[in-house]
Amino acid sequence: MTDLGTFRSETRAWLEANCPPEMRKAIRSEADICWGGRNWTFQSDAQREWLEVMATRGWTVPDWPREYGGGGLSPAEARVLKEEMQRIGARSPLTSFGISMLGPALLKFGTEEQKKHYLGQIARGEIRWCQGYSEPGAGSDLAGLQTKAEDKGDHWLVNGQKVWTSYADKSDWIFCLVRTSTESKQGGISFLLFDMATPGVSTKPILLISGSSPFCETFFDDVKVPKEQIIGEVNKGWDVAKYLLGHEREMIAGMGLGTGGRSVTLGPITKPSDPLLRAEIAAFDVDALAFAAMSERFAAMWKAGEAHPASPSMMKYAGTELNKRRNELMMAAGGSDALEWDSEHSKGGATPRSWLRSKGNSIEGGTSEIQLNIVAKHILRLPGA
Amino acid sequence: MSLLTDDQKMLQETAASFLAEEGSIAKQLRHWRDIKCKDGFGHDLWKQFAELGLTGICIPESHGGMGMGATEAALVLEEIGRNLTPSPFLTTAVAAARAIEGTAHADRWYPGVLSGEAVLALAVDEGPRHAPECTALEAKRQGNGFVLNGAKQFVVQGGSADMIVTAARTAGSSGERDGITLFAVAKDAAGLTVDSQTLVDSSKAARLTFENVELDADAVIGEVDGGWQPLSRALAAGSAGAAAELVGVASGISTMTLDYLRQRKQFGRLIGEFQALQHRAAHLYSENEIARAAAFKAAQLLDSGDDTAELYVSVAKAKAAEVANLAVREGVQMHGGIGMTDEHDSGLFMKREAVLGELFGDVYYHRNRVAELSGY
Repeated sequence: MTDLGTFRSETRAWLEANCPPEMRKAIRSEADICWGGRNWTFQSDAQREWLEVMATRGWTVPDWPREYGGGGLSPAEARVLKEEMQRIGARSPLTSFGISMLGPALLKFGTEEQKKHYLGQIARGEIRWCQGYSEPGAGSDLAGLQTKAEDKGDHWLVNGQKVWTSYADKSDWIFCLVRTSTESKQGGISFLLFDMATPGVSTKPILLISGSSPFCETFFDDVKVPKEQIIGEVNKGWDVAKYLLGHEREMIAGMGLGTGGRSVTLGPITKPSDPLLRAEIAAFDVDALAFAAMSERFAAMWKAGEAHPASPSMMKYAGTELNKRRNELMMAAGGSDALEWDSEHSKGGATPRSWLRSKGNSIEGGTSEIQLNIVAKHILRLPGA
Repeated sequence: MSLLTDDQKMLQETAASFLAEEGSIAKQLRHWRDIKCKDGFGHDLWKQFAELGLTGICIPESHGGMGMGATEAALVLEEIGRNLTPSPFLTTAVAAARAIEGTAHADRWYPGVLSGEAVLALAVDEGPRHAPECTALEAKRQGNGFVLNGAKQFVVQGGSADMIVTAARTAGSSGERDGITLFAVAKDAAGLTVDSQTLVDSSKAARLTFENVELDADAVIGEVDGGWQPLSRALAAGSAGAAAELVGVASGISTMTLDYLRQRKQFGRLIGEFQALQHRAAHLYSENEIARAAAFKAAQLLDSGDDTAELYVSVAKAKAAEVANLAVREGVQMHGGIGMTDEHDSGLFMKREAVLGELFGDVYYHRNRVAELSGY
């Protein structure tokens, strides 16, 4: 048997022995997702146990180095682990912006001390992170941000406001873009980490058209941040920010896929009786399956270093537009059932709420229009772009 | 999905330089079109394909071929598409070669394909839309053999083919997969009329009429009444191949269009500076990448014999045709007036897309297959 074959059979046996049966059931609601953090209330013993055994093995972040709490797996081994988890329908033990966004940036830009300090906590799900990027006056034009961090000798003094901070009201720490110089737009930005419990930090949830409040407004009023909690050099935070956005776009692009081994196609879910609707769904399914192939190819190319650095923008654009179309078709297929907002029959209006929420997919993390600008400029090298 | 191996990359480079050099639009497509060549392609070029081993890509090593698969064929076809190179590669070396694989006809025809002397064709369609299970051309048992009556159309390279793999009905009725039998019909069979037509892209396809064409029992490819198996194998290889060629067509016209956006000036500016065009170009880029991924995924699944290969072949053909169609429409539009002239190449891409889009089933055929295979 090959090494990978041995790894697969060992992984299979280990998962069989260690993944609690409850954690092999499909995710039914937001509450089934384990975000971790200081104030996390585990939904069940099984959820706690699953996080603990996986974190102990380094498998909440299988491809991170072992010294930072990861599993130290090769890309091929990580893929096998993912496949074996999908095979038994195992839930992700931990979902976190620390894993999907901050971690990769820390691995690339953090000092040894910072990596040792933060990465292990992320891997074990001890700190829940939020992202302080957008501001009321800095959306698509993110580098126009104004939140100010003044150098006060032994600390940074942060003042300003962020918006669209995902789960800020539930998070323990924030990774935050701040202005440390007004001399240059992109060259005056720094990347800070700080505790949301620091005096002067306050949050206010934003109610969305979908009825949920996944985002907040976040206010900073004379917040003192220890000097060493900066990632990368002063005024070089834009490099960190862009790198992290690439990972965010990859993650958002993945939403077009449907996850956890679920089918990417709509047909089997909706069983359309109307021939014209069936035709639209078939057209969607072609695009969804083609995009699934693209996602696999993109992941392989990204790992092999063969992908264009701007290609996550293309994936984000295509994936989110696809997810919006998917939701439009779910509404069409649902007919008047899909209009009920809170009935038991409609599972609390799951379809219309998802439909409305999906509209934000092509706005958050950089709008579709911004992604197209990036593709035109960096990949197609069109003039003046 | 795995990326290309070193061997595959080498093959891709060989095909790319060979076709850019020898298979260019000026040397091949325009040349044969303008002299009104009856076959629509150059036999010398087909011999060059053979010398490079390309005609034997899908032929097993035991028969002297390269023993490769749909993935390698796709690499060559993408370059063919990019250069609009007219050749019998797809019908002969991919589709028909797969139809006769593992049968006695392989011994008879593979040597000619390998040497670049034989051209093979596939006769399936009987109406203007692809519907292989609706094969109605009648093959009646007569003594030890069969007698064929009926008609075929859209037989690509039918006029230049030495042998035509023909789907006929020996049992059951139109619409059923059982009861179809494949026959190897020689070009000079008595009672066969081959009426070669020039298509919109200057390629050739024939209308065939079978009038009491008598065939021996050994003309049967595979099993009597069991022709669906080799036929679907050939059609899957052909569809995946056409998808890859469409990816090449889309890529070829898109490269030209982007170059034009970078050099054409209006209002004192390069038109590529206009965001209205930039966004359309970026969208097209995204679609091209997705179509290529789908085409290679389908080819790789065919090669590994995966259960989902049939589904992905239909995904790939539908997606590639849809995207190539977008690419040629945007190509002609963004080139403006020059794109409407015969002198400019963009119209040639539009014409090729129309033919490849139809071949082995159009977008609607394959979307419907995706729906059927997904259970709705």
